[in-house]
Parts: sequence; C-alpha cells; structure tokens
Amino acid sequence: MENIQHFQILWCGLIYILFLGYALLDGFDLGVATLLPFLGGNKKDKDTLIASIGPVWDGNEVWLITAGGALFAAFPHVYATAFSGFYLAMMLVLLALIFRAVSMEFRANDPARTGFWEKTFVGGSALAALLFGVALGNVIYGVPLDDRMEFAGSFFTLLRPVPLVFGVTGLAAVILQGASWAVMKTEGDLQARSFKAVRILTGINVVTATIYFVMLIATFPRLSGNVLFYVAIVFTCAGLIGLFFSLRKKNDAAPFWESSFSFIGLFLAASAAHFPNLITASNDPNLSLTIYNSSTGLYTLQVMAVIALIGMPIVIGYTIFVYRLFKGKAKADDHY
Amino acid sequence: MDALLLARIQFAFTIGFHFLFPAMTLGTALVILISETLHLIKKEDVYRRITDFFARLLGLIFVIGAATGIVMEFSFGTNWSEYSRAVGDIFGPILAAEGVIAFFLESVFVGVLIFGRKRVSAKVYWVAALMVFLGGHLSAFWIIVANSWMQTPAGYEISAAGKIVLNSFSDAVFNPSTIVRFLHTVLASWVTCAVMVSGIAGYYVRKGLHDQTARTMLKIGVVLFAITPLVQLGAAHAHAIQVINTQPVKAAAMEGHFHTTRGADIYVLGYVDAANEKTYGISIPKGLSFLYNFDFNSEIKGLNDYPKDNWPPLNLVFQSYHIMVGLGMIFIALGLLGALLLWTGKIYTAKWYLFLLPFLIPLPHVAHETGWITAEVGRQPWIIYGLMKTAAASSVVVSAGELIFSLAMFTLVYLLLFVMFILLFVKIIKQGPAAS
Repeated sequence: MENIQHFQILWCGLIYILFLGYALLDGFDLGVATLLPFLGGNKKDKDTLIASIGPVWDGNEVWLITAGGALFAAFPHVYATAFSGFYLAMMLVLLALIFRAVSMEFRANDPARTGFWEKTFVGGSALAALLFGVALGNVIYGVPLDDRMEFAGSFFTLLRPVPLVFGVTGLAAVILQGASWAVMKTEGDLQARSFKAVRILTGINVVTATIYFVMLIATFPRLSGNVLFYVAIVFTCAGLIGLFFSLRKKNDAAPFWESSFSFIGLFLAASAAHFPNLITASNDPNLSLTIYNSSTGLYTLQVMAVIALIGMPIVIGYTIFVYRLFKGKAKADDHY
Repeated sequence: MDALLLARIQFAFTIGFHFLFPAMTLGTALVILISETLHLIKKEDVYRRITDFFARLLGLIFVIGAATGIVMEFSFGTNWSEYSRAVGDIFGPILAAEGVIAFFLESVFVGVLIFGRKRVSAKVYWVAALMVFLGGHLSAFWIIVANSWMQTPAGYEISAAGKIVLNSFSDAVFNPSTIVRFLHTVLASWVTCAVMVSGIAGYYVRKGLHDQTARTMLKIGVVLFAITPLVQLGAAHAHAIQVINTQPVKAAAMEGHFHTTRGADIYVLGYVDAANEKTYGISIPKGLSFLYNFDFNSEIKGLNDYPKDNWPPLNLVFQSYHIMVGLGMIFIALGLLGALLLWTGKIYTAKWYLFLLPFLIPLPHVAHETGWITAEVGRQPWIIYGLMKTAAASSVVVSAGELIFSLAMFTLVYLLLFVMFILLFVKIIKQGPAAS
C-alpha cells in the first residue's frame, strides 16, 4: 500500500509540473494576445506580436492536452468530477480556446474581417486565462460534492469571491508573462510600449499577488506551518523585485524569466494549499477527492511513470531546439 | 429529449466534424514529406513550391483540427464522466501517451514547417517535415488504440470490487483490432489527400495555371491516388475479417445478415427491415462466405444468434457500410484510370478527367465518415464492447438543458468554422503555389 502512495505523490507532482509548464508557456501567448489592442498600434505591430507566438503556441497548448490526459490517467475521478461538474464553465473554456486558435489563422487569411478575428482572438485568450484560475481556485477552495464523488453545486457556485481572486491573480500573471515576452521579442516603439506594459503590470501583480497570499493564509490557516508556502512567497517576491531592476536597466531578456519566477511562486502557493486534496469538498472534508482515493491502480501509475519520465525529457529537448530556431526578434513578415 | 441522447448527438457531431481535419492532416503531411524529400534529393525548385503550398494549407487544416480536437479530450470528462471513472486505468494512459509521445512532436514541429522556411536550412526543414509526419501518425496510432480498445477490449481484469483494472499495457495497446484499424484509418487519410492533391492539381492543369508545378503536383497526386485505394482494399478486407471474428453482431449488422448460414449471400445494395428481420436488395449468392475465408460454404453468424437488446441500429450500419464500400470501389477504378492516363502521357490533355477530379475532393470524406458511423454505431449498445453499455457511461450531473446549450454552441461555432474553412481553402487554392 505504501508503494502506491509513492506513485500517487509522484503523479500529483508530475501533473502539477505539466499544468505549470502550460501556465508559463501558453501563459505568454495568451498574454500577448490579451495585450494586442494595447500594444499593437498599427497592423504591422500586431502582425509582429502574432508572429512572435505563431510558431510556438501550438506546442504550448499541448501542455494542457497532456496535463488533461495525465489527470485522466492518474486521477480519473478528479477529471470526471471536475469536467462534468463544471460543465458550462468547461464549455466556455472550449469556446475560448477554439476562437483563440483559429482566429490567428483566419486573421492572416481573411483581410476583410481582420478586426473581427482580432476581437475573437483577444476575447478568447483573455477568457481562457481567467477561467483556468477560477477553476483551480474552486478545486482548492472547495465545492460541494455528494457521496458518489459527483459535483453537487451549480454554475454560480464557481463564481464565489475566493475562486475569482485566483482567476484575477492568474489573469494578471498571464498578461505580465505576455508583456515580458513582447519585450524580449520586439524592438523600437513596440518594445517601448511593451516595457511600459511590463511596468504597469508589475505594479498590478504586486497588488494581486499580495491579496492572493493574504487570502490564502486567511482561508487556509494550516499554511502558516507549510515551508512550501514561504518558498512560494520568496519566489514571487524575488521575481517581482527583479522586474523593477530589469525595467530600470531596460534589460529585454530578464523580465520574461522574472515574470515566470513570480508565476511559479503563485503556483507553488496554490499547490501548498491544495495537497493532498485534488478537489476539496466544501460540505464535508471526508468527501474530498484526494490523491489517495481518486487514483488509478499501481500498475497504471507505473506504466505512465515510465512513459512520462522517458518521454517528457525528449519533449523538452526538442521544444528547446525549436525555440532556439525562432530566437531573436520577431518580424511582421515572419507571418505568412 | 433526454440527456443521454443529447450527449450522444453532441459526441457524434463533434467527433464527426473533428475527424474531417486529421483525415486531411495525415495525408498532407505525407505529401509534404514526399515533395520535400524530392526537393532535398533533386534540388529542383518545383518541389519546394509544392511543399510550401501544402504547408500553407496544412496551417489552415491543422489549426482547426487542433482546436476541435481539444473538445474531444475534454468531452470524456464533461459528457462521459461515468465512462471516465470506469476506464481511467486503461483509457487515460492511452490518451496521455498520445500527448507525450505524439502530439507534442507534431505540434512543436508544425510551427517549423509553417513559419520556418526562411529561418532553417533545407535539411532541418526536411527533419521538421519528417517529425510532423511521424508525430501525426503516432498521434493517430494512439487515438486508434483508444478506440480499438473500446471495440475489442484486452489487457484488463475485473477486480474484486468490480472495477476494470489494467493488467497488461501491451495487450491493451495491441488489442485484436488495433493494427488493422490503424492501417485502415491511415490509408483512408492518405486516399483523402491523394484525391485532394489530384483535384487541386487537376484544376490547375485544366485551367493552364502554374505550369510545371501543377503538372508535378498532379503526378504526385495521381500516383498516390492509384496506389492508396488498392492497398486500402487489402486493409479493409483484413478489418472486415477481424470484425466478423471479434464483433460478430456488428459484422452481421453491416451485412444485414439475420440467420446463421453456410454459403451466406452478400448485398451490393439493399435495405434492412429490422422489425420484420428481413433484408431486401441485390445480392451475390454465397459472396459473404467466400470473402470470409475464400470458401463458398463457410459459416457466417447471423443476428438471430444474439439477443435483440444487443443489436445496433441495423439499417444505419448497413447503409453506412455500403456507402463506404461503394465509394472505395469508385476510388480504385478512378485511381487506376488516372494511372493509365499518366502512364500513356495523356493525363495533361484528358480534359474530362481533369474536370472530374476536383469534384471528387469531398467523396473520401463521405467514405471515412460513413466508415466511422459503421464502426461506432455498429458497436452499440455498448460503449466498451461486451463490457459497458453506452447508457451507463454518460455524466450524471449534466442536465438536458446544459446539453442543449452546449450542442447549440458547437453547432453555431462549427458552422462558422466550416464556412471559414471552405472560404479560405478555396482562397489558398486560387492563390496557388508561388510562381517559378
């Protein structure tokens, strides 16, 4: 029995890493998209911003698909309860992800309706970024569950203040991620506007992150004894302080890493509040779905571990290779 | 309408729409790999123009495939949560493996294919083409594994608590129908693209557009069009034998075959009257028995050997199957005709054949959609053949009202995607490959 617990903990960690990878990578392209109306002055600037994410967003989204698959494989009850329970919210996530994906392609090939496809691109990206945080907030904060592990709330259960703080904090972090990516990938006026966006967003993130950490410790007093929570705060503080210095020096590469660092801190704090629950039952702690009562069998977890521990380093290897192919400043005519 | 029926309609609609795109992706990746390999070997610019043209089309096809594919991954949790709870041990790892082993590869390198021409060397570009081809086909492999496990489950045991537990991953992956269904599906995709390439190139040649580029494109298309439906005939036959052996009820429904007999007839066209348990139509005496193992008197199990509760909707399965087979035969004939015209050097002036080609483009889609209807409706009433009924698989907390909302949403959004796809597909074809 103890053996399977090791694998349940391993899989909890791996799924967190997959979702974190998704947050950092798709985070910057959702963020760039959300900022399009603010940063992209003319069509050429917008083309440049989209060109900076065009070759990589597809691969970034696979982190979500793989995280979802891993959740299904390791903790099927969590996957089943959350996805069916949050049905309408999940449909909105899908709507947002569909539009943000196709809009780039349609915008490039359908000049008559550029404006429309920009709106769906921006709206889809921002909505997706917001909803992911709200969903995570709900499973951590807790939702009503029945004794068959089924969700017993409604759509409006999902919109309580605590999960919404998660959503807004995540959205702010995603947009900062996008702005700092834009700083790294652009030049001239566009870069100057991106620097300004990073400055404003760093300020916003100081506020949202502070509210988020205070809310966490107030909601989950047990966190005061959790080392990971303090490590998380250090990560986020270090990232945001680093951003202030990088902005002064007009360093165009460091902000992206500092923003990522700050985002990792937010994520670690969430995981500290979460573990070992995966979906907290707000009505009765005994009904919570934990990593221990919602997982698949030992053999499945072992097979999956072999696939992931061999496969993911290879994935990360060729992902770095492809990012290096596209390193340097993006050009408007990189876009087809 | 009840929630179960709505969930089934939504799944059928969203998966049917999604499959149009991966069916084009795999074949397009093959054509790109062929033309880019020729480009690397022969160093002729015409192949580069062909690659670039299809990479542009791939960009459009792939993005809609990816966007509608994520809906499918979510749908097991959103709409089929009881299924997900029951099969997490087996179905989950297969989907996760698809992500780690296949879809990452395809998605990461598709960016290079579409955006990387000016940034990378010819060799790196070729590697990207190879990786997209491999990633796409591996992705198809894992998805077919998942679906085949639902058709012919293996590698599991039922635990004391009544749960489905994985006991051999390799048996689950290589279950009795995986390999033959993978080949059948991949070949269907290659046929789809062979016809698409031939259709586009045929239009160019007939209109006198794009000179050498169009003629080379036509040659690639027609050669594939001649070969792939023929190879498919072999794979299809092997698949049919597998269905007769492992899913006899489905096989009997496909053929409208009620009574277990030796020397069973095969229907070329017909109609199944399920209520009166009779099939009407044009049949070839003893044809079915002959095709089963090349013995006119082999025994074929009929539907009457099985309880009526376990029959799928008979006429739908019968008609879908026969439409698919009929189209397959047409593809074989027209592909061979194209090869003959190419061999005799008459194809570039055979106006009627060139005129016909573009109109064929939708037909392979009809064939693979009806093929999937045969496979999936033919499995009913089971979601996992012999193990779990579809009626027990849907989400218990999702109401009919929520399903009406989501079904309306997908209908509107997919209609928009479909219209945009057709408009942009035609537009890219009209713009054509770069001038020489």
